This record gives sequence, C-alpha cells and structure tokens, in this order.
Amino acid sequence: MTPDLRRLLPSDSPVTLIDPDGHATGDVPDDATLLRSLGALITARRLNDQAYALVRQGRLAVYPSSHGQEACQVAAAQVLRPQDWLFPTYRDTVAATVKGVDPVEALSLLKGDWHCGYDPYEHHVAPHTTPLATQLPHAVGVAHAARLRGEPAVVMAMCGDGGTSEGDFHEALNFAAVFHAPVVFFVQNNEYAISVPLSRQTAAPSLAHKGVGYGVPGERVDGNDMAALLTVLGAAVERARAGQGPQLVEAHTYRMQAHTNADDATRYRDDAEVAAWVGRDPITRLRAYLTGRGALTAEADAEFAAAAERAAAHLRDGLNQDVEPNPEDLFAYVYSTPTTQLREQAALVADELSREVAQA
Amino acid sequence: MTTVAHHKLSLAQALNRALRDAMAEDPTVVMFGEDVGALGGVFRITDGLTAEFGEDRCFDTPLAESGIVGMAVGMAMNGMRPVVEMQFDAFAYPAFEQIVSHVAKMRNRTRGRVALPMVIRVPYAGGIGGVEHHCDSSEAYYAHTPGLQVVAPATPADGYALLRAAIADPDPVIFLEPKKLYWSKEEIEFPVRAPGIGTAVVRRAGTDATLIAYGPTVPVALEAAEVAAQEGRSLQVVDLRSIVPFDDETVCAAVRSTGRAVVVAESSGFAGVSAEIVARVTERCFAALAAPIRRVTGFDIPYPPPKLEHFQLPGVDRVLDAVDDLQWEES
Repeated sequence: MTPDLRRLLPSDSPVTLIDPDGHATGDVPDDATLLRSLGALITARRLNDQAYALVRQGRLAVYPSSHGQEACQVAAAQVLRPQDWLFPTYRDTVAATVKGVDPVEALSLLKGDWHCGYDPYEHHVAPHTTPLATQLPHAVGVAHAARLRGEPAVVMAMCGDGGTSEGDFHEALNFAAVFHAPVVFFVQNNEYAISVPLSRQTAAPSLAHKGVGYGVPGERVDGNDMAALLTVLGAAVERARAGQGPQLVEAHTYRMQAHTNADDATRYRDDAEVAAWVGRDPITRLRAYLTGRGALTAEADAEFAAAAERAAAHLRDGLNQDVEPNPEDLFAYVYSTPTTQLREQAALVADELSREVAQA
Repeated sequence: MTTVAHHKLSLAQALNRALRDAMAEDPTVVMFGEDVGALGGVFRITDGLTAEFGEDRCFDTPLAESGIVGMAVGMAMNGMRPVVEMQFDAFAYPAFEQIVSHVAKMRNRTRGRVALPMVIRVPYAGGIGGVEHHCDSSEAYYAHTPGLQVVAPATPADGYALLRAAIADPDPVIFLEPKKLYWSKEEIEFPVRAPGIGTAVVRRAGTDATLIAYGPTVPVALEAAEVAAQEGRSLQVVDLRSIVPFDDETVCAAVRSTGRAVVVAESSGFAGVSAEIVARVTERCFAALAAPIRRVTGFDIPYPPPKLEHFQLPGVDRVLDAVDDLQWEES
C-alpha cells in the first residue's frame, strides 16, 4: 500500500477513547472539556425528549429526534469556533442549538410558523436542509469563499448514512478535495435511513472509506464516545483550518427512536437490537468516566440537570406561544422586491381578509 | 464625464465583455463551470477571463452540474457573486434540484436573511445543428419556479445590459443565451443604456397585429414583420427580454394597440411559456382582442436531429400563416 493511500484510509475499527463501561482506552481530553460536554449532552437529551413530547401535544408537526446521537450533535458544534459554519440536516436541531441557535427558533420549521426560524448569519448555522445531502455542496461553497478571502473559517457539513448515497454527497466531496476547501464532512451513521438499513445503502467496507476515491482522508469514530468525537472531529477541523483540506468522518451511532413520531420502527427492526444500543448510551458512558475519576460532583450534576430543565422550559414556553402568522409574509420574501404579479396576488389575499373581517 | 464609445460586437463578445466589466468592477464576482478557464468556454463566452483575473476569479470545476450550482449557492451565501456556466441547456438538468429547492427558495426560506446574488448562464435552444441533448428550450422549467428570474436576450446590446443587470441583482437569475444568436453582431454604444430585468421592449412598431417573441425567435418575428410590411400588413414586434418578471404592462399595451397577437416561441407549446403569455394577455386584454391569440411554437416532440430541426423551429412562413388566421375578414 502506498503512503498516499494509507493516509486516506480510515482506522480498521472506529476510534474509541472511553469504552461503554466508562474506562479510558486512550488519550482522553481533559476533565474540564468533558464536563462542559456532559452538561451539553444532558441538555441535548432533555431537548430531544421535550421536543418529542411537544409533538404529542400537537405543538410540532413531527420531530426527527437525535436521541442516542447526542454525542455527535454536541461534538459537531463544540469543536467549532464562532466564525466556523455548521450545516445541519433536519435531525441536527440539537447541534444547531449547541452552536448557539435558540431552540425555539430552530424548531420553527417543525412548528409550522416559517421554514427557517433563525438568522443563519447570527451563529453561522445554515438553514436545516431536508432534501438529502443537498446542503453539502453549499458547505463547500461557503468554505471556498472563505478560503478565497483568507478567512480562517472551517465548515462542518453534516449528513446521515442515507445521505451518502445521494449524488450531491459525492459531488461535494470531490469539489472539496479538488479545491482544497476547509470542510469536515461528518456522517452520522445511525444504521437506518427511515426503514432502510445500511446494508442497502452501501457495499463499501465503511462510509469513511468513500473518501479514498476523492482523495479525502476518512476516519471512523465511535459515535457514542464523546471523548473520541471531540478528538477526531477537533483534529479534522484544525487540519482544515491549517489549510490541509477536507476530511470525512463517519460516526457509528444509533437512532434510538423512530425516524419521526410518524414512523413505526417495529416494522423494520427488533427490540433486541435497540436494547443492545441502550448499553452504549453516550451520556451514561461519559458520566461513568467522569464519576470514576471523581471529576463529576453531585453539585455539578445537579446543575446540569437544572440547566437542562431550564432549556426544556424555554422550549415549552416558546412553542406553546401561538404566533398568528402574517399572510403578507407569503409574498414578501420571494424576491428582494416583490414583482408586480406578487403585489397583485398579495392584494387579493388582503382583500379576502378584509371581507372576512367585514362579515364577522 | 462619461466617454461614449461604439463597438460592433457579436452576442458572444458582448456577454464576454459584460463578464469582464463586472469582474473588473466588483472583486466578489467569480465565474466558474466546465471548460470556462483555459478554453474560455465551448462558446468562448469566458474567453480570456482566467488570464486577466486569475484562477481564483474564473476557474474550471469537476464535471458535475449539481456540484457547480450547489457550490455557487454556498459562495453566494458567503459574500460572493458567482456566475456559473451550464455547458448546454440539457446538461443543466443534474442541477435542477439545487436550482428548484435551494437557489429559488433560499431568500424565502430565511425571510430574506440569506440572499443569493448568483447567475446561472445557460447556452440554450436550437438552430445550430446540434445533436441531441444540446438544443433544449428549458425556459418553462425555470419560469414555473417562484423565486427565480428568467431572462433571454435577443441582441448583443441586451446581452450585455441584461448580464450586467443579472450579476448586479440581489436575486438569482437564470440567464438563457440563444446559441444561434451568439454570432449575430450589432453596433453597441457604451456605456449601454438599457432597461433592467423585467422590462419588455417594442422592437418594431406596427398597427395591424403584435408578434410576441423572446430569445431566439425575436429575429424570426422581425423578419416576418419585414415580409408582412412588403405585403401591406403592419406588424408590431415585442421582445420580452425577461420572462420572469413578466412585463404585463408593455405586452398588454402593445396587444391592445393592435387587437391581434401571435406568440412566437421555439419551445414546445404545451404547458410552455407561450401558453402562459396567451393566458395572461387574454385575461387582461379580452375586450380589445379581435381574434384569439395564436401561437407558433415548437411541436410537442423531443428536439429533432439536425437534419429535421427546421421543421421544429418557428419560421417566417409559419408566423405569417398564423397572422393570416387572425380572423381578418371579420374586422
């Protein structure tokens, strides 16, 4: 094997630094870093479960939960600096909130008030993207523009295992490699694309191996190991920032819940499979590690729980508010200046509304 | 003080000059696509730009249209004004999802927070003896998508003015370049004074009937009007210039002034831009019409091979036959 090829190939097995029982197996980040991540993980789990509950209460249309994948969500955002960009999919709401987006604004899409509820420029978080992998070429463009201007920004481009089958995944990796763009492609392999298992997406040895064909180094990481994620993603980000080009990181994780509340996961997977992943929970694992080292005090743990409750209360309060949508918004943002035709159509709706008021 | 200069330029040269002038004025304008670098594009529209502005400003990409348009979206999000070239009309289809789901919708999705000032240039339509997949009239796909602007210049001066306007525009523009007109020349006065995007123009005055055309059919309509004049019939010619936004005011005023109209378009008629024009003009001008509006369009067939394409293209005779059918005996 040539050194060039070896440089591109991922590890033989996913990088793990803390085993599922909470024991270190390698160079683990310092306690302060991991405590910060644990706090974020606990809030992340709480937000996932709160959002899920809000669907049942009719406040959200659906919620694609990242329950079980929170370590990926937290790490993706925590390895970034404020100037760096995050490109989330619909399952990456929590990652967007860790980057700074208000969870209420992040869930505007699923609440139905508007499509993207936050200002992408405020925290450098692109709009959630629903058509699979289509955000990845955008991530390359943002990174390439930053590089042309000499800005030290890196882009974290997220997708799932299903997304790696889409053409845009391949085009984005290829463009990023050719243009040496500072992008980290972060694939959360959670084993399922709605109901279709990974075996139907690819016959490759791993998703991380897909980088080889583009000259993009690939790496695999235990997606439920916070320490390993921070280390692998952090190295990829700093490598990109240093001008060494893109990297592909595949995290092995598991979607603990159905695709969304509208999905029935019992039709395509066994309870035993789900139960096996409970034992690899990212929060349990990190808490066991920090507790074992005596780094996690009862006070700190209580404060994490309280912070998570505050975040959940903020989400509930925000989503329980009924904001009357403004029909004028239908026409206001299609173009910078509405066309004559759109002004006529807006007037038609306004006229309908005024007649409704007159009749009432 | 502005110096006025006159240059005789082909449409291809005028587009090249528009790109060069825009890139010289604004360092955020970048041009990329397939073969647009050293080669200068298969139609030479980007000729010399890499040499003049460098590899960072005009560059070749991998051959992947979705990636090209998707990368342009990201660059536009991050402060640039990308202009991308789709090599041929029918080669743009891999980018269709990016165009429809992202280019067209980004401003609306984000309540105006993320604008995409970008131009997608598409050498388009037939009449050059091109083999299959090189001659599509794809304007209806784009025109049917809210959030896009769609323009089609028919003259070198308009090519220059509309491309400059498209690059300066805060919203995305699908810029359709009629291939068969690339080599047509005219004297252009610089600086170019032309109405912006969304404005149609009356190319020829006339009193008996109005021919409505855009892009590659404008010269056909003008030639038909010339022949008709020799036969004693005065035809007015309207050049849409811009399909979206559509200039209802100019088009309807023209049709009202004559009371008769024929739409001339190269693309298939069914569910095409020509059908939209007939519908909206009829809705607005019904009382002024002496006859139903006729259409002369391409047939509803896949674009024919080169030796049969003359059957597909609207020609002067077919246009004049349609004019003859405008119920003159009843007026």
